[in-house]
Amino acid sequence: MSTTHTADAHGNGHGHGSDDHGHDHIHAQPTNFLRRYVFSEDHKVIGIQFLFSSLIFFVLGGLMAMAIRWQLAWPWSPMPILSQTLWANQGYRMPPEFYNKLFTMHGTVMIFFVIVPILSGAFGNYLIPLMIGARDMAFPKLNMFSYWAMPFSFVAILNSFVVEGGSAEAGWTSYPPLSSFLQSTVGSLSGQTWWLVGLLFAGISSLMGSINYITTIIMLRSPGMRMFRMPMTVWALFITALLQAFALPVLTSALVMQLLDRTIGTNFFSPANWVVGNGPEKVGGGQTILWQHLFWFYSHPAVYIMILPAMGMVSDIISTFSRKPLFGYKPMVFATAAIAGLGFIVWGHHMFQSGMNPALGATFMLSTMMIALPSAIKVFNWLGTMWGGRVQFTTAMLNAIAFVAMFIIGGLSGIFMAATPVDMHIHDTYFIVAHIHYVLFGGSTFGVFAAIYYWYPKMFGRLMDERLGKIHFLLSFIFFNGTFFLMHIVGMHGHPRRIADPLIYGYLNNAGITGMNKFMTYSAFALGLSQIIFAWNFFYSLVGGEKAGPNPWKANSLEWTTTSPPPYYNFETLPTVYHPAYEFSVPGAAADFLPQTEPMPADAPPLDPVMA
Amino acid sequence: MRYWPLLFAAAAVFAVGSFVYSPFDPDWWLPAGPEGGLTSVSSIGRRIDSLYILILVITGVVFIGTQIALVWATWRFADAPGRVAQYFHGSQRLEVIWTIVPAAILVFIALYQMGTWADIKFRSSAPKIQPLAEITGRQFQWVMRYPGPDGVLNTGDDLQLVNDLHFVKGKQSLIYLKASDVIHSFFLPALRIKQDAVPGLTIPVWFDADTQGKYELVCAELCGWGHYKMRGNVTVHGSQSDFDEWMGRALNEQNRDTVAAVGPQGR
Ligand code: HEM
Ligand SMILES: [Cu+2]
Ligand SMILES: [Cu+2]
Repeated sequence: MSTTHTADAHGNGHGHGSDDHGHDHIHAQPTNFLRRYVFSEDHKVIGIQFLFSSLIFFVLGGLMAMAIRWQLAWPWSPMPILSQTLWANQGYRMPPEFYNKLFTMHGTVMIFFVIVPILSGAFGNYLIPLMIGARDMAFPKLNMFSYWAMPFSFVAILNSFVVEGGSAEAGWTSYPPLSSFLQSTVGSLSGQTWWLVGLLFAGISSLMGSINYITTIIMLRSPGMRMFRMPMTVWALFITALLQAFALPVLTSALVMQLLDRTIGTNFFSPANWVVGNGPEKVGGGQTILWQHLFWFYSHPAVYIMILPAMGMVSDIISTFSRKPLFGYKPMVFATAAIAGLGFIVWGHHMFQSGMNPALGATFMLSTMMIALPSAIKVFNWLGTMWGGRVQFTTAMLNAIAFVAMFIIGGLSGIFMAATPVDMHIHDTYFIVAHIHYVLFGGSTFGVFAAIYYWYPKMFGRLMDERLGKIHFLLSFIFFNGTFFLMHIVGMHGHPRRIADPLIYGYLNNAGITGMNKFMTYSAFALGLSQIIFAWNFFYSLVGGEKAGPNPWKANSLEWTTTSPPPYYNFETLPTVYHPAYEFSVPGAAADFLPQTEPMPADAPPLDPVMA
Repeated sequence: MRYWPLLFAAAAVFAVGSFVYSPFDPDWWLPAGPEGGLTSVSSIGRRIDSLYILILVITGVVFIGTQIALVWATWRFADAPGRVAQYFHGSQRLEVIWTIVPAAILVFIALYQMGTWADIKFRSSAPKIQPLAEITGRQFQWVMRYPGPDGVLNTGDDLQLVNDLHFVKGKQSLIYLKASDVIHSFFLPALRIKQDAVPGLTIPVWFDADTQGKYELVCAELCGWGHYKMRGNVTVHGSQSDFDEWMGRALNEQNRDTVAAVGPQGR
């Protein structure tokens, strides 16, 4: 529990005095720089730490993506910048194993170091206590550790770039035996081991975070904040934390098993009498597909860890800027829970062509089709929220609408993959890459942009520039589609993913495919460059942005009832909550919004208990 | 600025447009046989294509419908002086409708394609014939072993080739798929066939083709630095006698090479 009990900490005198730590007392902010900004136990500082580290990794992952696209459009031609300095002995061309490192690390960084930490780590930490009316997390010290487990992970993953042999190159899914024997890859020696260690620490960090979120949400809600009055953001983060807590141990054990396979020569993932690297040595006794079951048992739920929080935040943003209650609040909560529950029984849809018994494939196909349902419910409810509203095109709202529009594409392409015979053709082609990016970039990343534009004034007390924000959105949206949509087409034409040179194949070496590959690469570079506008806007507004005031968007949830940025202890007095966060445009209310701390007007129509 | 919905409309038009254009260009559409065309050259491939088109039509209709709703909602209900947002929390009837309708469509797709899946993958559906070959993926080539004149695999007279798959038009062919180091994946794009080759397992795979000609075999599972060039040639022979003639020549060559290789050292 909190440790910063200084004598002057309880200035305004309410509620403190018992040792039961009722969380309605106020702590003073530590004055020491280190305790205040570095080893802080303040959930807001920790959230911002996660935000900054993920944004840095976003740049790294983005640069790798552009290098990948360069190679696909102009295979083996010297690359700007990198080729000038590297690979003199290869004629300044990128060697194929480096290409494998690029997409391996691009995927790893984007998933484990950008999207998961920014959604759960940054926004989870920053928003949960503020939105439920708490002064901090239940375990502030554990929370500090959950951030400080990450630097180990950063060091391990960055170190893997510079150790001899370079980084991992077995894909972000790291299938053995490619990943579990040193002899299987030429480039990577200890890079793969560092990769495993990095992921282990990232997992430890997530686990500490999720314990904190679950406890905080159950225990520390302010008076009147019933579960069914919490904003969707909090619901989504809560359910995501449950997913993490249940699925992570499986990934952790799988990582440890692979680590043992690599280091002390156990053979969890290689079959009996296995000959390694044409050598005389025979090993084995394990099963290759076991890794896939363990890995996807975590990583399928993990794709929801990467989308549910964004869905929650987008729900709040759409309701605010439609000035209308969220359509079907309770169905939205149940849909979120259903996605999480079903998420545990569909992992096998990544393994339809893996050699797993095809009869199992048939059952996984059915469960996968079912998981599309709650997603469909959500999409319709977002449309229902805007319908009949007063839609304000702020930058946050534009990004939120883009989330919905692009998630529809990502969800629909999932149906092709869920149909097992069609998946036989498109599995491991660019169709899958298109799908991933329509959910992860078109969905999650636009959700993150929406959240940053929306909560930035709360975090830093100033507004980001709306005009620059809209230019950034416009360019990102256009070039995102330019980069990823045609991947569906080249994928359906059979373009495999993870190949350094499509021109090897006759059926890919034609005007259509090479033309599309170039088009996508130009778009990718433009997409990358557009983010400079965002970076400028983000950093310039920290000092030069317009002052925000406590509630610039006229929103209802609790974080907008305190100052921007909030004081160390979040709330002067713990707020009392009277209704859900979506009471916009209530007939009879003075303004078109009604903060959760204000009772419903006497003549307001009664809330429908099923829908709200 | 109420023109933002046009941007979302433009993205939807781009998406629909590229799928509408693609059947007119064999470079954009599903891969086909040597003389171009738009459908797969295998019987199972054609069933997969028609499933694909069915799903494309269903998802296309849903896509166009939802995008129209999205563009309309943001256009029609854009903030303007005097607009007042309606106050409602949802509708149970609508929730029920938009749960049941997609559920029905999804269950239909799931059940409709089950038979195709069973016919192509279930071991019990494998044709009861002599195997054409045993194919082993290894870094970075496909090692193919055809039964020799005795018709039995793994005897002294087997024909061993690298990256060279031959079979006869219009006949089911059965292979046994293996891997000798890491996971590879046997992918015949023009036939829509894909199956991972997994260390420790022997997996039967069967296919046919009704057009003679040259095709390509792709490795679809990341298998190391040379993954991108793990390409195989596929030849579909017009008739059994064609195939037998090729087999005879290949066996002769193999014997000559073996003699040549063994000869000098033997002395
Ligand atoms: C409508 C809901 C969805 C359906 C029906 C669906 C279905 C599928 C299927 C069947 C695959 C396996 C494809 C294959 O191996 O050939 C897959 C892959 C994938 N999905 Fe989804 N998915 C859905 C939503 C999501 C979401 C929300 C995310 C992430 C935010 C996501 C991320 C991924 C990723 C990263 C892969 C690629 C894994 C890989 O091959 O490396 N999916 N999806
Ligand atoms: Cu291979
Ligand atoms: Cu390969």
